[in-house]
Amino acid sequence: MSADGQGAHHWFDDEAGPVVRPYAMTRGRTTSAVQHRLDLIAVVSAEPHADDPEADASLSPEHVDIVELCREASQSVAELAAELDLPIGVVRVLVGDLVDAELVRVTRPVPPAELPDESILRDVINGLRAL
Amino acid sequence: MIFGRSERGKPPVEPVTLKILVAGGFGVGKTTLVGAVSEIRPLRTEELLTEAGRPVDDVRGVEGKRTTTVAMDFGRITLREDLVLYLFGTPGQERFWFMWDELSEGALGAVVLADTRRLEDCFAAVDYFERRSIPFVVGVNCFEGAVRHPAEDVRRALDLDDGVPLLMCDARERESVKEVLIEVVQHAMALAANRRRALAT
Repeated sequence: MSADGQGAHHWFDDEAGPVVRPYAMTRGRTTSAVQHRLDLIAVVSAEPHADDPEADASLSPEHVDIVELCREASQSVAELAAELDLPIGVVRVLVGDLVDAELVRVTRPVPPAELPDESILRDVINGLRAL
Repeated sequence: MIFGRSERGKPPVEPVTLKILVAGGFGVGKTTLVGAVSEIRPLRTEELLTEAGRPVDDVRGVEGKRTTTVAMDFGRITLREDLVLYLFGTPGQERFWFMWDELSEGALGAVVLADTRRLEDCFAAVDYFERRSIPFVVGVNCFEGAVRHPAEDVRRALDLDDGVPLLMCDARERESVKEVLIEVVQHAMALAANRRRALAT
């Protein structure tokens, strides 16, 4: 790779990055206590009592968005990130806050290094065939 | 069902989620493959890399940039109300391999998508999954106009182990992609059974 043309390159529009730096939403935090549990396909569900997140002044708008999306249907971490157009790392921190606040709970996927049950794999094969 | 409800009376269905990775060189058709079977338009997630998070090797050409975005496209297949399969296209560039580590954790297996016009583009992916003993199959994406090579030739060129399934596919065709995914799961099952047998003896 050469430096040809690099100096002339400027970033415009989306390329220049968001107006609000993403980690401003997490108040600069890049990790949270529960983060290690949050796989991309971990499922986040709203707790039943989290019915009015907007009333909670301690929550940021992004926190509220996450709770509301999860109230509609349980969502994976990857889906939340895509839906809210936030980096995965940011979503992890925010979900961690919500777990601490007991507004959502996280269901872990099958633990790494441990293949799911053979019966589940068979269900996957049958499910794919039936698509 | 005992596990269906908790003391809080929460709504029951929390799906078991599984993932299969789709790897291969840039432009080989990973997102096309995901889109062919996904019930949603492939979504994109992004992760920001800061200076601290970036691997120290090979930053040539990006010296001027403080953060880099790694994008991953993914799709979803709801097999049953309580069973959901996610497909993740891995970031193409090799310098994002540490993202692969995270992605491959807990993955059922992987598809390495190959283009016979640029076979070398998938060497890295084959190598990666081999080394980590992650079950994978090679799907040779038969682009229109691409010369078809006999499977044996491709297998030899990739120096694949005999046990690794290789099949011809068309990443645009739902039926073809289904077949590839089924092969991944079957291969993962066979490997798991072998492992169990090895442990038992």
